[in-house]
Amino acid sequence: MSKSPNLVLPAIGGIALMLGVAYGFSSRNYGADTFALLEDRVEKAEARMSSASDQAKAAAERVTALELAVAEAQEQGAKGTNLTAPAPQMEGTYGLGRVAMTEEIAAWDVDVLPDGRGLPEGAGNAFVGEEVFADKCASCHGDFAEGVDNWPVLSGGFDTLADKDPVKTVGSYWPHLSTVYDYVYRSMPFGEAGTLTPDETYAIVAYILYSNDLIDDEFELTHENLGSFEMHNKYGFVIDDRPELEYAAWRAEPCMENCKDAVEITMRSVFLVETPAEGGTNSMMNPAKVEGLPSFSAAGPSFIREATPKPVKAAVEPALETEQVDDGEAMIAAGKKVFKKCKACHQVGEGAKNKTGPHLNDLFGRTFGSVDGFKYSNTFKTALDEGRVWDEASLAEFLAKPKAYMKGTKMSFSGLKKGGDIEAINAYLAAFGN
Amino acid sequence: MDESVKPTSRRAFLKGTAAAAVGSVAGAAAAGTPDPLITELQDWASITGAGVDETPYGLPIRFEADVIRRNVEWLTASPISSINFTPIHALDGTITPQGCAFERHHSGAIELTKGDYRLMINGLVDRPLVFTYEDLERLPRENHVYFCECAANTGMEWAGAQLNGVQFTHGMIHNMEYTGVPLRTLLNEAGLGATRDFEDKWVYVEGADASSNGRSIPMEKALDDVLVAFKANGEALRMEHGYPVRLVVPGWEGNMWVKWLRRIEVTDAAVESREETSKYTDVYADGTARKWTWVMDAKSVITSPSPQMPITHGNGPMVISGLAWSGHGQITRVDVSKDGGITWETARLGKQGDTKALARFYLDTVWDGAPMLLQSRAMDETGYVQPTKDQLREQRGENSVYHNNCIQTWYVNAEGIAENVEVS
Repeated sequence: MSKSPNLVLPAIGGIALMLGVAYGFSSRNYGADTFALLEDRVEKAEARMSSASDQAKAAAERVTALELAVAEAQEQGAKGTNLTAPAPQMEGTYGLGRVAMTEEIAAWDVDVLPDGRGLPEGAGNAFVGEEVFADKCASCHGDFAEGVDNWPVLSGGFDTLADKDPVKTVGSYWPHLSTVYDYVYRSMPFGEAGTLTPDETYAIVAYILYSNDLIDDEFELTHENLGSFEMHNKYGFVIDDRPELEYAAWRAEPCMENCKDAVEITMRSVFLVETPAEGGTNSMMNPAKVEGLPSFSAAGPSFIREATPKPVKAAVEPALETEQVDDGEAMIAAGKKVFKKCKACHQVGEGAKNKTGPHLNDLFGRTFGSVDGFKYSNTFKTALDEGRVWDEASLAEFLAKPKAYMKGTKMSFSGLKKGGDIEAINAYLAAFGN
Repeated sequence: MDESVKPTSRRAFLKGTAAAAVGSVAGAAAAGTPDPLITELQDWASITGAGVDETPYGLPIRFEADVIRRNVEWLTASPISSINFTPIHALDGTITPQGCAFERHHSGAIELTKGDYRLMINGLVDRPLVFTYEDLERLPRENHVYFCECAANTGMEWAGAQLNGVQFTHGMIHNMEYTGVPLRTLLNEAGLGATRDFEDKWVYVEGADASSNGRSIPMEKALDDVLVAFKANGEALRMEHGYPVRLVVPGWEGNMWVKWLRRIEVTDAAVESREETSKYTDVYADGTARKWTWVMDAKSVITSPSPQMPITHGNGPMVISGLAWSGHGQITRVDVSKDGGITWETARLGKQGDTKALARFYLDTVWDGAPMLLQSRAMDETGYVQPTKDQLREQRGENSVYHNNCIQTWYVNAEGIAENVEVS
């Protein structure tokens, strides 16, 4: 490697000479000027050759120096020296960035701590909040914070946290009220974040509390009392205890052989949910009908039992246009969908209990205001005394305009407006009759 | 190679193994007929190809068009607040290309220019500061490869074997080489004298998007290995990953890796934001919940064979391959079982694992055509062994949604078709 510059050297000089001579002979004027020009070129070429020689020497020296450096680095490498290093930390600072102004900090620093620090001055109650909520939140979260489609449910779900499918709402799950204010003020409404005033936010937060039966509609929520408001699930959290409960046991040499006697397949994804099948990479399901499932033992797999395919559970309920429904079963299915608007407050079916509203089993034929253990409003108590009985006609009238049909009802629901919804609900609830 | 030889869809493969068979016979010239791909002059060997600059920024060749992120529509209410999945079944090595690395947005991915970018540090610091993007590039920076895993990755599996594809069961993960400034350098610029004792101090980090996705990080972690990153895999971050600047919180759940990072506040308490109370907390069987479960424990999964990657070549030599990672440090070992956990073999690691980064493992083996129950089991430098589904459920029940690092099982039948199953 160190010799290559010397080999290149004559070649550079030679080419320079040849170029000079070629230029001379191709000229038509062989006068003194031409020879002088040629001599000049030869001199220049010689000078370049001499300069090239110097450069080559310098290059050779650099190569020698580099070879030494490489040898040193290799030696260091062999000793384990590593040239990588973390970013240096200055004793002082780099002096980069500029001081943030008070107005800038005020604009961005709006987070609220659990004790209420960070709350802006303001107040609101559920009465005002109901209107703000209906206007800005209900399209996703429902009129009663019950959640539309897959959007978050904000109310109810108390005593479900230990169930198979816990309903984690602001009321049942959130440990701090500060979080609700912080999140709503900063990040809601979806698509219009940062547009709420503090008073609107207090009112919305109050309405969410009200929809969870945690306050009455006159409770005034303010920057002074929000931080000390105690949430239902305040003590429901423990700090990560995996180190004690899991790591301690799971940091052990694992089994390598004969770890189990036999292995059976106990569950198959093919029967559970629908995996997207597009783009040419739809997953392949085992054709369960034609093949039994093997059992595994230390001796290897063997086929000992036939598969018993179960029906595939549809992941998404079929969308039904209520207007087009004509047969009974489809009508009930449509009613089930409409009932999503009701089920934040009302339960129906096996084991249904009174919640925010009374249970709705055996509704038709039952006297108004007659479910045991439910605290009815005065208007329903009066109707009970009058002996009014629920039937499809009265329910239809009630659901069209609840507050007009039963003045003073606690049920704050604006009514079913869409054609066919009431008929569907009637069919659905009739299915839970005696 | 003629495109038609490659099955255009898995379904096509199912219906016609013939096409695949033709491919393998031709490749091996088993019938004694010379392979026309070799003996006949092919167009590509004769006429010229594409010139430079035809695609100034290249995308994968069209034959790889199915190696893309996918979502599961029915999982979320709107794609604006949703997640999709990395096609880990089709990747190898450890680095995830940015273009197919999973996305998770709470209010959609936003367009923010470097010129409009501002980063504020305030709270319990000596000097509240505002940095521009240019300021960040003037500070000493580091390069590190880290995995980023959503806490909900494999979350569906709490309730049983569900989605049938490793992309969907384990695809909320990516692994990139980040370039960025250590967070401690920025905190030092603002001065931590005012915070005094670091023990009970936190940094609250938030993004510039509508969700802001604020999270609280204990000061000890903030001063350790957290990066304020602006490059990934050598190039600018993608919009969907927080361009121009995101936070990198090595080994901890992806939700804390705030994108479009705009503010860092030093506080004396956790803010207990929506993302660290109502979400990203783990409900146990008795209804209580764990909070501040930041670390992603050791986990692994076989990416091939898997439901999206059936064995198409028949009996004989094959490579079982997968990924392993741990938020506690390096992966030191991965074991693979072909019989549902009765017998285990130690796999080969592609290279020495980086700390808190994906490791690639291989089990070079011979398939005899018998059905298999494939499992992998990772161990990390702390000696932690990836648990079974039963072990996890015994501790936590089935409702915790997050932090499911169970051993995954694929049932591979005699045809080479793989399916997501649970075993006894």
